[in-house]
Amino acid sequence: MHTYLKALLTAITLVLSSGVMAAIETYQFATPEMAERFADLTVELRCPKCQNQNLSDSDSIISKDLRRQVKTMVDAGKSDDEIRTFMVQRYGDFILYDPPFKAQTLVLWLAPGVLVVIGLLVVVKVRRSKPAAPVALNEEEQAQLDELIKQKKENP
Amino acid sequence: MSEQKSSTMQRLLLLIPMVLAFGLGLFLYQGLGKDPNKLESSLLGQQLPVFIGESLNAPIKAIATDDILGTPSLINVWATWCPTCKAEHAFLNQLVASEGVRIIGVNYHDQREPAQQWLAKLGDPYEFSIYDPKGQLGIELGVVGAPETYLVGADGIIVDKITGELNERTWAQLKPQYDELMAQAN
Repeated sequence: MHTYLKALLTAITLVLSSGVMAAIETYQFATPEMAERFADLTVELRCPKCQNQNLSDSDSIISKDLRRQVKTMVDAGKSDDEIRTFMVQRYGDFILYDPPFKAQTLVLWLAPGVLVVIGLLVVVKVRRSKPAAPVALNEEEQAQLDELIKQKKENP
Repeated sequence: MSEQKSSTMQRLLLLIPMVLAFGLGLFLYQGLGKDPNKLESSLLGQQLPVFIGESLNAPIKAIATDDILGTPSLINVWATWCPTCKAEHAFLNQLVASEGVRIIGVNYHDQREPAQQWLAKLGDPYEFSIYDPKGQLGIELGVVGAPETYLVGADGIIVDKITGELNERTWAQLKPQYDELMAQAN
């Protein structure tokens, strides 16, 4: 069973990785710095056609077009922000893996913090409410208890 | 008395996680019906981008943004490799024939010959088609894939956009806006 699973996982990984390799064209840049900016931007921008792939990973037509667009804009000396703005104007915030903080993305940014705070409150609450201290027995009750223990010992 | 009060408080406190869980459930539930492929386009409400392209059909001539302006129009992005485009083609023909809607085609990532043959065979609903083999106009318009249909006013403002097939159902979304644009234009 284990070997079977391993083989399956290996196969899946191989298939996936070959797809990733296929997506990358070779672009030549004037300076290494431009090549680095291209690499960073295509990782940071999300493929609008796919649900969870960035431009550099995706093999779709639109990603290929947008990689070419990023390349053209980097060559034309556009700044990273200009390129991001160009993309957001056309494809919305969806294209950013790092969406800006605004009314529509409020839940996205705040929910994790709110959930952590709620979790902490619950933990604190649970820890504080220790079980009530045992009430001391009065003499009569103590005698009764002793009696019961004695009986149990004699008659197990 | 105070003991009773604090036990009521305790019970109310127990309700909080329930309310939270219910709220989360509602939030997630309303997300279920959403189409994850549908993106808000920031171009809605904006002017058509300025572009220069060439026509698909002979005689091949330059086409610019100005050629689209003047009448409320649909801009339909299509390609011969796209099965959904084939599915909606008859509906486009029908829109032109029955309602006289002006449709302009963007032939997206395609080859000229097969595209011309496709129109000859299935009918040509487009006043003209813009040949966009590299998807450059597509990027300007924010096209994600074919088919997509934009509703554009006479002034070139992009009013709405349908991602995917244009049919009776999706046309129902555009039609009231189209009628309004027509009323304004006349």
